[in-house]
Amino acid sequence: MNAHLQPTGSAYFLTTETQAAERHTLTVLVDNEPGVLARVVGLFSARGYNIDSLTVSETEHDKHRSRITIVTMATPKVLAQIKLQLERLVPVHKVHDLTAEGESLERELALLKVAGKGENRVETLRLADAFRAQVVDASTESFVFEITGKPAKIDQFITLMAPLGLVEVVRTGLAAITRGPEGM
Amino acid sequence: MAEQMTGAEMVIRALTDNGVEHIFGYPGGAALPIYDAMFQQDKIQHILVRHEQGATHMAEGYARSTGKCGVVLVTSGPGATNAVTGLTDALMDSIPLVCITAQVPTNLIGSDAFQECDTVGITRSCTKYNYLVKRIEDLPRVLHEAFLIATTGRPGPVVIDIPKDVQFALGNYYQPDVETLRHQSYRPQMDGDLGAIEAAVDMMLRAERPVFYTGGGVINAGPEASEALRELAELTGFPVTSTLMGLGAFPASNPQWLGMLGMHGTYEANLAMHDCDVMINIGARFDDRITGRIDAFSPGSRKIHVDIDPSSINKVVPVDIPIIGDCARVLREMVRVYRSKSNQPRTEAIAPWWEQIDEWRAVNSLGYKNSTTTIKPQYAIERLYEASKAQGKDVYITTEVGQHQMWAAQHFHFDQPNRWMTSGGLGTMGYGLPAAVGVQVAHPDALVIDIAGEASVQMTMQEISTAVQYRLPVKIFILNNERMGMVRQWQDLLHGSRYAHSYSESLPDFVKLAEAYGAKGVRCDNPAELDAAIAEMLDYDGPVLFDVVVEKDENCLPMIPSGKPHNEIILPDTANIGSIIDEKGRQLV
Repeated sequence: MNAHLQPTGSAYFLTTETQAAERHTLTVLVDNEPGVLARVVGLFSARGYNIDSLTVSETEHDKHRSRITIVTMATPKVLAQIKLQLERLVPVHKVHDLTAEGESLERELALLKVAGKGENRVETLRLADAFRAQVVDASTESFVFEITGKPAKIDQFITLMAPLGLVEVVRTGLAAITRGPEGM
Repeated sequence: MAEQMTGAEMVIRALTDNGVEHIFGYPGGAALPIYDAMFQQDKIQHILVRHEQGATHMAEGYARSTGKCGVVLVTSGPGATNAVTGLTDALMDSIPLVCITAQVPTNLIGSDAFQECDTVGITRSCTKYNYLVKRIEDLPRVLHEAFLIATTGRPGPVVIDIPKDVQFALGNYYQPDVETLRHQSYRPQMDGDLGAIEAAVDMMLRAERPVFYTGGGVINAGPEASEALRELAELTGFPVTSTLMGLGAFPASNPQWLGMLGMHGTYEANLAMHDCDVMINIGARFDDRITGRIDAFSPGSRKIHVDIDPSSINKVVPVDIPIIGDCARVLREMVRVYRSKSNQPRTEAIAPWWEQIDEWRAVNSLGYKNSTTTIKPQYAIERLYEASKAQGKDVYITTEVGQHQMWAAQHFHFDQPNRWMTSGGLGTMGYGLPAAVGVQVAHPDALVIDIAGEASVQMTMQEISTAVQYRLPVKIFILNNERMGMVRQWQDLLHGSRYAHSYSESLPDFVKLAEAYGAKGVRCDNPAELDAAIAEMLDYDGPVLFDVVVEKDENCLPMIPSGKPHNEIILPDTANIGSIIDEKGRQLV
């Protein structure tokens, strides 16, 4: 993946990476200015880091600041680099590794379109009820469900809906925040 | 008080307010308003280049030799894309540049207009920061912020893209207070943590086999950093080595100097790095050309790392004591803390270490077999060094990239910082000639020499025309071996001596070429006549292209092959470098 991880530092003597990758959720506070997202995303692609999920929105309108939540897979050494490289960007104020800092709350929203008739329709509604998904649109042959929760719960709901006539899914990506009284 | 003026006038005004005296540039349609504003003033001198890449390297040479910010002005589209190589070079070597690129008018942005390109998109990854200024109200702040960002913290290039209509627009110019600049997030840490500095000094006081490993950060932190390094070295008695970028920060004439380290560093510097017990890295970044094989890099040492960029810490090599801060400030603190704990160099404790180092020195790893029939490149640089020393002038050296660059680093010696300009990180062939022009602009009375190769120099050859136009007496010292020598050396080492496109066919006659440009040409292929030819070059008051015809197949040694540890260095007495890497290693290619 990253050239700098090569213990030999040479293409003539390649070795394999020994550290295992971990999934971490990072939250990045940035100035909401043109191109800031491109800087963050460009850094990930330029240095060969992974992005599994990305969520961006302005959270402090008066200060023009946005919160970017990134889920990444990386070895501990690369994770430390990701954090430092992000902090190096001029419009980045703070970077927190929520996974490393203890338990955090993680939520995602998804909309699912499911088409079907007869028994499938009943089953669809029963499952939606069990998962506390809301019906936000309905026709005689379809529903659109809104579901929020941890990504794993949404994954499971999608899996269950697949054989019942799932047409399409849209997901927001992860929003995450720490527990307790302290802010970022 | 705010003053009303056009965007183009603001550019000139902000440059003046930031103490800019010279800018390197090339005009074009979108840049015309700024050029018009420049025409109507005489505070800033504009140097007209022949290609925008040349402008960026000139600004780099200017910046490195003065410690000031280099300034570039180019037009939209191809003007901006031609500047990309120099911007990347400046980013890799941490050189402060402000590059103003003109852009098509805002109403045409995104329409694939004539000479339009996505400059901020293209330069995002090769600048420290960049701006597209769409509103005249933002221009004064951006212009001043750009200088702040380029020159503070870890220096780097900043691009300001200004659409033509914004250059024409009227607005209020003001000089913003640095503290109220918009980016509250940009606050580089200057002072090192005192606890960490104390711990580092304690570690140094217990060291038995210490070494200072210094880098470009010491140069970037200004002459005070070099002074503090010299003081600390004298105080401790420790040996000092440096990366390519840090040459001159510590005097080469000092007995504590081990020479450069790394792939083509000296035997004593690399072995000292490998066997040390305490490594003190000041402003270097454990580049792969320094470390060689990382899992075998200095295995028994504890490491102190001083760097202004937190992301340099533990990026490649894990360290025991990281100190984030400006090299000058941290070194001064180290001197103060060291003095408070001891007033004796650790001469006795490290005497066995020096004995060991002297044994390594005795190997004479920079030795070479001289010849009476052909000029050896090392000999040519040695003679150039002696002759330039005798001139009694301030001497500045720039280089291109390749064997000649490494030979220059090995055989030309520097006692002062800011005298050595080379493309270290990006390794840009074609850097040296324009960089020499930039240095000469900043130091009109100095002796400025580009030690070049015949392949590299042809990449930016046209800038000799700039030197002629501005009467800049740069000396281009071409070690002509009719080879891309370093490529040829690697092909011998690792690719079975199959010389795929690594030789220069149909080379120009450099003497005639020089004359065609209005410069002087000198050629020499006889070792006995070399000194006289060098004198002829140095005595000429104007730019000179000196074609030194050297030994074609000389190898640049010593060498640590890529991916090998420091103690597997190839020494000059090795007859056949093709046998160094075994068959198993070659199959991994």
